[in-house]
Amino acid sequence: MPVLCSSCGNKRAVLKRPKTGHSLCKECFFWAFEEEVHQTIVSAKLFNHGERVGIAASGGKDSTVLAHLMKLLNERYNYGLELMLLSVDEGITGYRDDSLETVKRNEQQYELPLKIVSYEELYGWTMDAIVKQVGLKNNCTFCGVFRRQALDRGAIILKVDKICTGHNADDVAETVLMNVLRGDIARLRRCTAISTSSEGDGVVPRCKPLKYAYEKEIVLYAYFKKLDYFSTECIYSPNAYRGYARTFLKDLESVRPSSIMDVIHSGENLSVREGVKMPQQGTCNRCGYISSQALCKSCVLLEGLNRGLPRLGIGKHHRLHDKILSQQPLTEKEERKLKAVDF
Amino acid sequence: MCQVDEDYHDQFEHADPPSVSKKCVKCKEATAAVVIRARDVYCRGCFKEYFIHKFRAMLGKNRIIFPGEKVLLAVSGGPSSCSMLSQVQEGLSQNAHKKLRFLPGIIYIDEGGAVGQSVKDRLRMVAELQAVFKATGFPFHIVPLEQVLDLPSSVVMKAPSPSEQPASAYKAAVDNFIQNDSSSCLTPQEQEETSLPDVQESHTQLLQQLIGSAKTLTAKEDLLNTLRQHLLVHTARTEGYSKLMLGDNCTRVAVKLLTSISLGRGAQLAQDTGFSDFRYDDVIFVRPMRDYSAKEIAYYNHMFKVPSVFIPNLDTKKTDKASIQHLTETFVTKLQTDFPSTVSTIYRTSEKLQTACKSSSTADHSDRCLLCMCALDTAVEDASAFKATLISEQLSGATTTEIPRQNPTPVNTESTAPTGQCCSSETGEDCGRAASGGGSCSSAKAPETTDLKSLLCYSCQLTIKDMSSVDQLPQYILSEAHRRLMRSQMREVISGFLLDDGDEAD
Ligand SMILES: [Zn+2]
Ligand SMILES: [Zn+2]
Ligand SMILES: [Zn+2]
Ligand SMILES: [Zn+2]
Ligand SMILES: [Zn+2]
Repeated sequence: MPVLCSSCGNKRAVLKRPKTGHSLCKECFFWAFEEEVHQTIVSAKLFNHGERVGIAASGGKDSTVLAHLMKLLNERYNYGLELMLLSVDEGITGYRDDSLETVKRNEQQYELPLKIVSYEELYGWTMDAIVKQVGLKNNCTFCGVFRRQALDRGAIILKVDKICTGHNADDVAETVLMNVLRGDIARLRRCTAISTSSEGDGVVPRCKPLKYAYEKEIVLYAYFKKLDYFSTECIYSPNAYRGYARTFLKDLESVRPSSIMDVIHSGENLSVREGVKMPQQGTCNRCGYISSQALCKSCVLLEGLNRGLPRLGIGKHHRLHDKILSQQPLTEKEERKLKAVDF
Repeated sequence: MCQVDEDYHDQFEHADPPSVSKKCVKCKEATAAVVIRARDVYCRGCFKEYFIHKFRAMLGKNRIIFPGEKVLLAVSGGPSSCSMLSQVQEGLSQNAHKKLRFLPGIIYIDEGGAVGQSVKDRLRMVAELQAVFKATGFPFHIVPLEQVLDLPSSVVMKAPSPSEQPASAYKAAVDNFIQNDSSSCLTPQEQEETSLPDVQESHTQLLQQLIGSAKTLTAKEDLLNTLRQHLLVHTARTEGYSKLMLGDNCTRVAVKLLTSISLGRGAQLAQDTGFSDFRYDDVIFVRPMRDYSAKEIAYYNHMFKVPSVFIPNLDTKKTDKASIQHLTETFVTKLQTDFPSTVSTIYRTSEKLQTACKSSSTADHSDRCLLCMCALDTAVEDASAFKATLISEQLSGATTTEIPRQNPTPVNTESTAPTGQCCSSETGEDCGRAASGGGSCSSAKAPETTDLKSLLCYSCQLTIKDMSSVDQLPQYILSEAHRRLMRSQMREVISGFLLDDGDEAD
């Protein structure tokens, strides 16, 4: 006997919601999923009428579903937003070429303007070239730092008021766990925020409309909606630390499906002891981007790449920042330390 | 898409192989016998001194146990709590200025009934522990968990506020104690022959039904933990102890922290893992062992022949994914073998969390969770994981339920639903079961799961949700639940006539 949809009670259920365990028909699932994201947007007051909003588009499932939903909800609920797609071309042969094709198709399908900013034009280095110099082990340091800034720079070129990213509930929960494992209390406190207000010049406010959407439901939604997305993982694999947190979260979810939300609830309700030192946010002396050090991470990494000292941005070398800024030569010992790279 | 948005390199330092036949780093003479961390190697004598000093330093730093105070040591029989017991003995036998100055007693809670041990096994275990306890000369209490069924509601009610003890009081108490010190106050009370108090078989069955009503091992373990705490607090109160020492070590604290996060207990992390826990007002829990790693304790117990007893628990011999608690423990243990800084890093996180605000005596007690007694964390803003989950459930449930549009308190809406209507979307499953079993849905006596939820914190709600029915809960919990629900209904009726939010003390 077919299972009936628990919401409308007359159609046949086609899926079991990973988030609640309810059996739903396709239409009721679409409706519930869309409505939830709408509720998130409204209750967290993510946007204001008339704003220009850049959707960070990578061609992957999260950002494709995000672009689809933003377009749909903007029309359904009359948000009055001017939407556009914003993509970063890291310069990864095979991976990014294909995913950018997907983004370009999305541009057509959703009739949203698209802007692509490339690492090559911003930094003079493609990811492929970076990997050649720093090896596979450390490339994600670059990937993450450069990506963050690239989105901001693209957003400034597009003159958007806000960027929304495809981070989903799994990503947020994973980050909470990861920051606990790293003992990073400052990030632990920040990482559950659904939106960041402008932290300084050159940083565009960001938000995560899919913060409470389960990754599995995003896949289900994309599958039943037959959305066009690119599903290959980044060939420069993510770092080990996130890997541990991810595996652990997946295991938690298999024991108790609400775990993802439970971890986020924990993160949202942590209180940090007063007097615990939080890093001071300043700006980079070279490019003006926010930074807790004299030089922002991205400038340090670039300096390292350009001088053939790739380890500069990988270890903790804050002491050397002043030297770099004032263009003093490094000692032989310092040079040796910064050159060695294990592949 | 590459998910990495920040840099996470140099996190883990890999383990250095322990260096062989090194000299002790402390005295630099004797050959090292213990490797604590890569470069910290101690000889036997220096290790003992270090270990003992750490215990006294922990108590000295926190200044929470007053001289002459009665302190109850919760001993489970495991290495950590047995080591704690030996440290207290050690501390009492030290010479004057290093001497611990409180009056210890021991409590062991026999959970054999809950984990399905035979009476014979339980008796054997109790006898074993009794021998250990007797050797200390401290008064001890062996309490079967079955006694939790007969607790009074006062356990989950607000305790009379303890007299204020300002920081200066500590020093005054020390001075006073030193002047009047006579070793006589440490003479143990006459110890009568204690054996396992009679446990009625029917009580053991009730306890098993209660634990059995939790459908998942995660909920079973959580429930057991709550019941154990209630029994500890009650015993401490009736026997006149104002502090309760728990044997949680650093490894345990790290596991507990990650477990609490995974169970949605983020708001209660500081109480669950900190040095002191004030949630029970007049009985303060302290964790003096939280600085010791499991490895250190194992070394110490082995070297100095500290006895401990293996006690099986609910998840003994279960698979890794049997429960969240067990899964987390396995995860941390595995990660620790690969990356020896894992436990200490997580532990440091616990140090940076807000310690529970010393129970604000003004706060209405109904603001606290009925089960874990922590402040309720469910009155959150609309944009939150808690509200998002409620919305998801309402949106995929029966169409009769409406979506709360910007309703600030969906929890209360639920709890004030007419008690006769029990077939809400969330408990539909249970009602089906009750109906097929011939049970009626009337809720005249016991509060329904949905009613109860409004009295619980986020995490305890998850536990209750995993239970097939709340009818099995002990009477003291159900009657306090009833009382609180009545109060909140009354408050609602008269709310229009109250001039401010001020609630008269119950
Ligand atoms: Zn339906
Ligand atoms: Zn990467
Ligand atoms: Zn910079
Ligand atoms: Zn020594
Ligand atoms: Zn609770």
